[in-house]
Amino acid sequence: MKRSLLFLALVAILSLGLAGCSAEKKEEAPAKKETAETAPAAAAGKTLKLAMDADPVSLDPHVQLSGGMLQYSHMVFDPLVRWAKDGSFEPRLAESWERIDDKTMRFHLRKGVKFHSGNPFTAEDVVWTIERLKKSADYKGLFEPFSPAKVVDANTVDIITKEPYGLLLNMATYIFPMDKKFYSGKDESGQPKDAIVKTGPSFANVNESGTGKYAVAEREQGVRVVFKAFPEYWDKAGNVDTIILTPIKNDATRVAALLSGDVDFIMPVPPQDLKRVDTTEGLQLVTMSGSRIITFQLNQKRQKPFQNPKVRQAIAYATDNTGIVNKVMKGFATVACQQGPEGFAGYNAELKPRYDLEKAKQLMKEAGYENGFECTMIAPNNRYVNDEKIAEAFVSMMGKIGIKVNLKTMPKAQYWDQFDAQIADIQMIGWHPDTEDSANYTEFLLMCINKETGYGQYNSGNYCNQEVDSLVIASQTETDLTKRNAMLQKVEKILYDEAAFVPLHWQNLSWASKTDMNTEEIVNVQNFPYFGDLVIK
Amino acid sequence: MFAFIVRRIAQAIIVMLIISFIGFAIKQSFGDPVREITGVSVSAAEREKIRDELGLNDPFMVQFGRFMQGAVKGDIGKSFFYKKSALEVILSKAPATLELVMCSALIIVIFSIPLGIYSAIRPKALFSRFVMGGSIVGVSIPVFLTAILMIYVFSVELHWLPSYGRGETVNIGGWRTGFLTADGWLHLIMPSIALSSIMLPLFIRLIRSEMMEVLENDYIKYAWAKGLTPKRVWIVHAFKNTLLPVITVGGVQLGTMIAFTILTETVFQWQGMGFMFIEAVERGDAPLMVAYLVVVGLIFVVVNTVVDVIYGLVNPQVRITGQK
Repeated sequence: MKRSLLFLALVAILSLGLAGCSAEKKEEAPAKKETAETAPAAAAGKTLKLAMDADPVSLDPHVQLSGGMLQYSHMVFDPLVRWAKDGSFEPRLAESWERIDDKTMRFHLRKGVKFHSGNPFTAEDVVWTIERLKKSADYKGLFEPFSPAKVVDANTVDIITKEPYGLLLNMATYIFPMDKKFYSGKDESGQPKDAIVKTGPSFANVNESGTGKYAVAEREQGVRVVFKAFPEYWDKAGNVDTIILTPIKNDATRVAALLSGDVDFIMPVPPQDLKRVDTTEGLQLVTMSGSRIITFQLNQKRQKPFQNPKVRQAIAYATDNTGIVNKVMKGFATVACQQGPEGFAGYNAELKPRYDLEKAKQLMKEAGYENGFECTMIAPNNRYVNDEKIAEAFVSMMGKIGIKVNLKTMPKAQYWDQFDAQIADIQMIGWHPDTEDSANYTEFLLMCINKETGYGQYNSGNYCNQEVDSLVIASQTETDLTKRNAMLQKVEKILYDEAAFVPLHWQNLSWASKTDMNTEEIVNVQNFPYFGDLVIK
Repeated sequence: MFAFIVRRIAQAIIVMLIISFIGFAIKQSFGDPVREITGVSVSAAEREKIRDELGLNDPFMVQFGRFMQGAVKGDIGKSFFYKKSALEVILSKAPATLELVMCSALIIVIFSIPLGIYSAIRPKALFSRFVMGGSIVGVSIPVFLTAILMIYVFSVELHWLPSYGRGETVNIGGWRTGFLTADGWLHLIMPSIALSSIMLPLFIRLIRSEMMEVLENDYIKYAWAKGLTPKRVWIVHAFKNTLLPVITVGGVQLGTMIAFTILTETVFQWQGMGFMFIEAVERGDAPLMVAYLVVVGLIFVVVNTVVDVIYGLVNPQVRITGQK
């Protein structure tokens, strides 16, 4: 409530402000306050003041699998490989790799790399890190397909999967080797240094030794983190020596900090301020279509009509998701009609958005629900961009085909328990695949619920289709990517035809910074900005 | 007298017990902290395991008993997010809030007294009407709106003042203060004005109405009749007696201000207790929420108890009415 008031207030003020600046003349962003350093000729001593909506919850990369922790990992640690802008893999600590057999991939490691502690980086550290990932509550599931890795020699390591696995490289982007020597032994309290502790003190929560460009120089949790460039870092791409990260949770405050010149770089940019940032002299805005899909699930166990594919199709036809993107999201999202966006394995170009109110009414009639029915719905109000407004728009669209929806929204801290308990007939969920791959959406959102395997963990629609399940399961061990893509595209087609869920849009990503840096080049669709490559002119 | 003090302290302890019980009871409805500290794809079984480890599956009374056992030893739980003792977290955030409240209180004192007195003496003057009208506006604009407007004007448009945070702080024996650096003072200006924007009009109106009442008294008329200078009548005779109820209310309002810091701190990203509490609520960091409620409750209870005991010392009537 407070939040939405705040948001309204800001919108009001900003629109007044914009109206006041006649015809949006370009404003001057303030010049950067020069500290007492003479502008050096050599590209050294550059400082970046960075504001994000949160700071890393720990210095231990394995404590939590979240966007924020991965952003941190990319600064302080280096992965074996990382995503390039075009969706291919870039070598980082692994210089090259080749398949040895259908379950083994051999990685040749970069030589002469040092950890922040000064210890040399070897294949031992990779093996140790994978072992630790398999112990982490958050990463355990992702690394389930992996067997222990094997050291070939100091600079070569074999990563082995239990079955053939097409996503081995995707997972290698999560292997940020940690310093085995540094994290071995016991700390002062007698706890092993490599313990992964989520809610209490541990050595790894407050100490780090990675191979990344930045080492943590000081940290006050929730207030600021100062990163200093590691002098012995192997990659000389960027020129930023110091990064001061301040978490600014409040959208309005974060934007104001950028506009007033208190910080140089912010992420994310709230949708209502995109235009303002974009039209300010001296600031640049970078946006990109993301891979977090926003959907509604129609619960077939609770609501009999939802078992009828015609009713589900009617709902899909009656949902004007293009309208929602244009009006509610101010164009800052990409209309979706399937789970994975373009560039993903399962992206099926044949599928098109299908808003058609007449057809929706027709389908309702055919299904025998000409007079509609009543149902309940829940959505969070502080989890996804404009989540509450999207849900409200959907409710009024359903009204047009006679479905009366009673909507209840709540904060995310309470939402997920209610979601799991399936307390409503229609439930909202957004999903971004940790594997950066199409199959992951279906595994969690739409496969038949199976407590043993964990499939369908978030399938509150109780959709269940054996054909979809067998295709997705087959895709897991398919290493021929062309074949695999075909399977996953077929899955998307089935889900679309059956209207298994209601797709809305993919949330866009956004970053804003001063114009004197190569922001465009360091950001990516995964939302892990590579600050190590940042060049400030 | 001794019995009275003992009785008051016993009451205070009961109140504290009730506060911690209520705080502990509502934490159950704040949702699931385990969600906040695990990634989305963690299996239900893993989550259950973490809940067991944290003792979140135990019956309510067992959890409360465990909390009370710790509380007696001065340990009121461990924050999930900060991964250290909740009390430690709160104490590290307290200086920021206290400095903000102090500055706001100062602003209120400096402005409300002269404005209140003037509008009581000259109720019909144009300036008084302006002050009264302005104070109505001031009371009705919410703090966060004032704060955002100020950020917009002074930071975004004019670039005069920093938009967030405390700026440079100096650590003196664990107390991080912003009073010792120019940067710290610059950062203090807007938040303290925003925080005082609600209380200031209240106090102006309070002083005005009290003062007008006092000016109607016989002894003031007598003072005029004696031919004293207006200044002496207003300041020495009238204002002194105005001050007593104002101080009483001020003490109570100081507590209320601590509640108002939540909004101000959130907008300005001011790293104090209020901001910490809101974040704890959002994260479902239950132990920290409970600890905050207990600490704030304790402050209130201690202040009230001390005030009562002092009243009891000063005015014996209070002790007798309490006895029956």
